[in-house]
Amino acid sequence: MTTTVEAMHGGHAGHDTPRGATPPVFYVRDEHAHEAASTALGFWIYLMSDCLIFAVLFATYGVLGTSYAAGPTPKELFDLKLVALNTSMLLFSSITYGFAMLAMEKGRTAQTQGWLVVTLLFGLAFLGIELFEFAHLIHEGAGPWRSAFLSSFFTLVGTHGLHVTFGSVWLVTLMVQVARRGLIPANRRRLMCLSMFWHFLDVIWIGVFTFVYLMGALR
Amino acid sequence: MSTHAHSDHHADHGHGHDDHGHPAGAHGTFGSYMIGFVLSVILTVIPFWLVMNGTLDNTTTTAVILVLSVVQIIVHMVYFLHMNGRVEGGWSMLAMIFTIIVVFIMFSGSLWVMYHLNYNMMPGMSHDMSKMP
Repeated sequence: MTTTVEAMHGGHAGHDTPRGATPPVFYVRDEHAHEAASTALGFWIYLMSDCLIFAVLFATYGVLGTSYAAGPTPKELFDLKLVALNTSMLLFSSITYGFAMLAMEKGRTAQTQGWLVVTLLFGLAFLGIELFEFAHLIHEGAGPWRSAFLSSFFTLVGTHGLHVTFGSVWLVTLMVQVARRGLIPANRRRLMCLSMFWHFLDVIWIGVFTFVYLMGALR
Repeated sequence: MSTHAHSDHHADHGHGHDDHGHPAGAHGTFGSYMIGFVLSVILTVIPFWLVMNGTLDNTTTTAVILVLSVVQIIVHMVYFLHMNGRVEGGWSMLAMIFTIIVVFIMFSGSLWVMYHLNYNMMPGMSHDMSKMP
């Protein structure tokens, strides 16, 4: 919204002053740089609000996580080897996305796409393992309906999984965009936003595997 | 684009912004990503190893893995999200500090209040539980 106002203001200035047509052009270009810079901050603030969502879910799990309703406990349910595998998938996807960003900064389109594909595969592997775990729990009768502990567990871990799912959809979308338009400034900005989103999800996962899985296995 | 950024009369807030669209001055290098990755692997392996082998007693293990998770979150923030006090002229950091404060109050407050609520209502709770199918 600010962009429009300032651009219009720039146009006015061009008409009023005798300097001619150069200032409006100058304004438009400046606006573009300004937009990209504020996108990063705006997206960061979105991530912080997302962080609050997860904080609420963590707090809910913290309160309800010991209410088993005479059902299974975390120690009986969680397979730490599977969680370790899942954690490594997400960690690998984080570093490969980092490599994609490095390739992007050097303007190497094919290399960027290659690393994005690898990132996507790790992300899908993470989702596959998580869905396998959920299916296994539900098959054992430990679905979200069983106890308050399992309700909050599925909500917290499921919300994270949903974020990774949407991140993967976004990743595919950007790969199509980069394939069609190349590494234009708009695509670089989008890739930068997804980079923040992806690394942010890894940060949330640190909380999940520590607070939910490891501390659950200790109880 | 970059020539315009240099002749920019708004250079004071633009930081000579080239068209990367990054937060100002926040560029990772191969080295910084690898440092972050290696540190993350170490900080992930240690807590999993401690819990799966049960070397230490539960209270110590819990304390250690909580501390390591906080350290790993900081490592991710610095090496992967390129967080520092200079990004966006400090506004990103400010937003993050605000979020951390809100999260801390909400999280510790919820646990504290609900724990005491549970504790004080324990006899009633256990009575209800015994009647459950």
